[in-house]
Amino acid sequence: MAGTGKAHLRTGEDVLMTVEDLVVEFPVGRGRTVKAVSGISFDIRSGETLGLVGESGCGKSTTGRAIIQLPRPTSGTVTFKGVDLAELSDEEIRRRRTHIQMIFQDPISSLNPRRTVGDIVAEPLRVWGPHDEAEQKGIVDRMLDAVGVDPDVARDKRPHEFSGGQCQRISIARSLVVGPDLLICDEPVSALDVSVQAQILNLLEDLKAEYGLTVVFIAHDLAVVKNISDRVAVMYLGKLCEVASPDVLYAEAAHPYTDLLLGSVPEPDPSVEIDESLIEGGELPSPINPPSGCRFRTRCDRATDLCTSEEPQMRGVADDHFVACHHPLVAVAG
Amino acid sequence: MAGTLLEVENLHTTFTIPAGEVKAVRGVSFSLERGRTLGIVGESGSGKTVLARSVMRLNLGTNVTTTGTAIFEGTDLLTRSPAEMRSLWGSEMAMVFQDPMTSLNPLVRVQRQVTEHLCRHIDLSRSEARQAAVDLLKEVRIPDPETRLRAFPHELSGGMRQRVCIAVALACEPSLLFADEPTTALDVTVQHQILNLLSREQTDRDMAMVLVTHDLGVVAGRTDDTMVMYAGTVVEHAPTRSLFADMRHPYSEALMRSIPRTSLPSHTRLAAITGRPPDLIAPPTGCAFSPRCPYVQDRCIEETPPLVATEDPAHRLACWTPVGSPEGQAAFQKNLASGLPQAVAVDISNPRPPTRGVEVDS
Repeated sequence: MAGTGKAHLRTGEDVLMTVEDLVVEFPVGRGRTVKAVSGISFDIRSGETLGLVGESGCGKSTTGRAIIQLPRPTSGTVTFKGVDLAELSDEEIRRRRTHIQMIFQDPISSLNPRRTVGDIVAEPLRVWGPHDEAEQKGIVDRMLDAVGVDPDVARDKRPHEFSGGQCQRISIARSLVVGPDLLICDEPVSALDVSVQAQILNLLEDLKAEYGLTVVFIAHDLAVVKNISDRVAVMYLGKLCEVASPDVLYAEAAHPYTDLLLGSVPEPDPSVEIDESLIEGGELPSPINPPSGCRFRTRCDRATDLCTSEEPQMRGVADDHFVACHHPLVAVAG
Repeated sequence: MAGTLLEVENLHTTFTIPAGEVKAVRGVSFSLERGRTLGIVGESGSGKTVLARSVMRLNLGTNVTTTGTAIFEGTDLLTRSPAEMRSLWGSEMAMVFQDPMTSLNPLVRVQRQVTEHLCRHIDLSRSEARQAAVDLLKEVRIPDPETRLRAFPHELSGGMRQRVCIAVALACEPSLLFADEPTTALDVTVQHQILNLLSREQTDRDMAMVLVTHDLGVVAGRTDDTMVMYAGTVVEHAPTRSLFADMRHPYSEALMRSIPRTSLPSHTRLAAITGRPPDLIAPPTGCAFSPRCPYVQDRCIEETPPLVATEDPAHRLACWTPVGSPEGQAAFQKNLASGLPQAVAVDISNPRPPTRGVEVDS
């Protein structure tokens, strides 16, 4: 794709956040920069779950962190409830973080091992209030209960006494205790076993409905993303390839990269034919020196000279289905 | 060449730690024919990796006890001396590990790592060894093998490193390959390539392969037989196609229902397995899955079900109330009526996705 363009952006009052032309670059010395995110745009409506999917190194986690300005993006705007976060001062950003919370991949290392669970979950309240301890305790208990952890058992224990799934529940409780509008989940289930993964995914769906959350769900597992998302954005090497609702995207992928990803998912069904021809190593190009034009062209069997010279723009192929490709797998509408 | 290559009987592996004895593998028996592939599926802590390492005799440490037998090519691996095992590693049996980052020596160039076994088992000159290394890297589809021979592991990507590990394992043409979560650390497209590579090498060399994984999707298309492990025991062992067509053990069924699938519509409610895996220091009496099982009956808690053949002799199962059987149906209805949480949880979630047109090999 890997292209730019904003054809897929929506307007209307229910758009909670709009990210435009987001660029994140990291200097790596000798004048070189890693172009982690190179001008992506997307938006999210209130109450929606946006799945950001892609392989390691595609910039999906960096995108998630750039939304909460950790670190601040190199350029681009993040408009959250009508305010551009990139324009705000550090102190104003800090105050906004009660509205945007994050859950990380490794549930055990994201909890402080020396503190008790009650302490960990109450910490955001100590900063933002209410400052009354009894009130805090009430909120913490209700939250732990909501995520399926018994507060009387858990309150005085430390994270190492819990399993990975329990720790992930605790970190979800910590993020929800300040009542955020937007929850950014960065690979929240990839460190968990399948049976626990299902528990956490169901919990996120329940909490989302109960607290009216909007969720950015970052993951590499296409089946997980399909299950939880209302809209899916596929990323490759710092660019967006395709945006669509999950049922459409998985049924009729328009971008060759999406198609490659979907073809690689191992289906738990022996009757599904496996394409055994793919055996050579298609490697991700370096984000320090990405290919010109479409960034996916080096691995794409549909690539032409046009893909080398010109970067594809995001365009609609159907209702609410957008692709950035010169030679998409489906006919372009209109 | 047909015939049994590996026959494991009643294998137990126990770790002695200050808190007690962790019974990681509790009486596993299976056999593997030459040139066949066996998938071992289970969650973390089910004992699948410990089983593979016990058979390979890679459970080092004085606090590990392994009992039982593992007959490989006619002799019991568990009674062999370390020196005898060393002569088998690489030449007769090899292993590909989960993390390609740490299973290669970071200070040694690719060439020496790939040819180490060859030099150990076969007397090769320097130029012969180099040529052998180039051939092996070509075999595992590493582009530009001559240059890569000089590379250190950190100069290669995760997928390339796993290819090197596979080259190391294949160097002496072993008759048995253990692949322990070979693709778990890799991206989905790279996983697909590596699994294709392993399948092709396995077929071309007529090598037996044990594929250990937590991912039912990985075993589905790539193994002849599948063994489902839970809490150190085998709960179901069947030809892969018949297992997926007709899951009989409540744990296999629960595992299958709890995974999200791309073939199901978005927001399909997943049937999570309630509770947690048991503590292996004091495993529950009877069936280890009974505390979480929607079909549980009194007998399951009192008596451990043995792994026995069903109507299909190749399909073996350890359960008193199998899924789909009259006893299973009755047990489930009874549990549902009495409001057992795990039965209620299954009932309110979506039914199991239909398995599409699977034919059972008979």
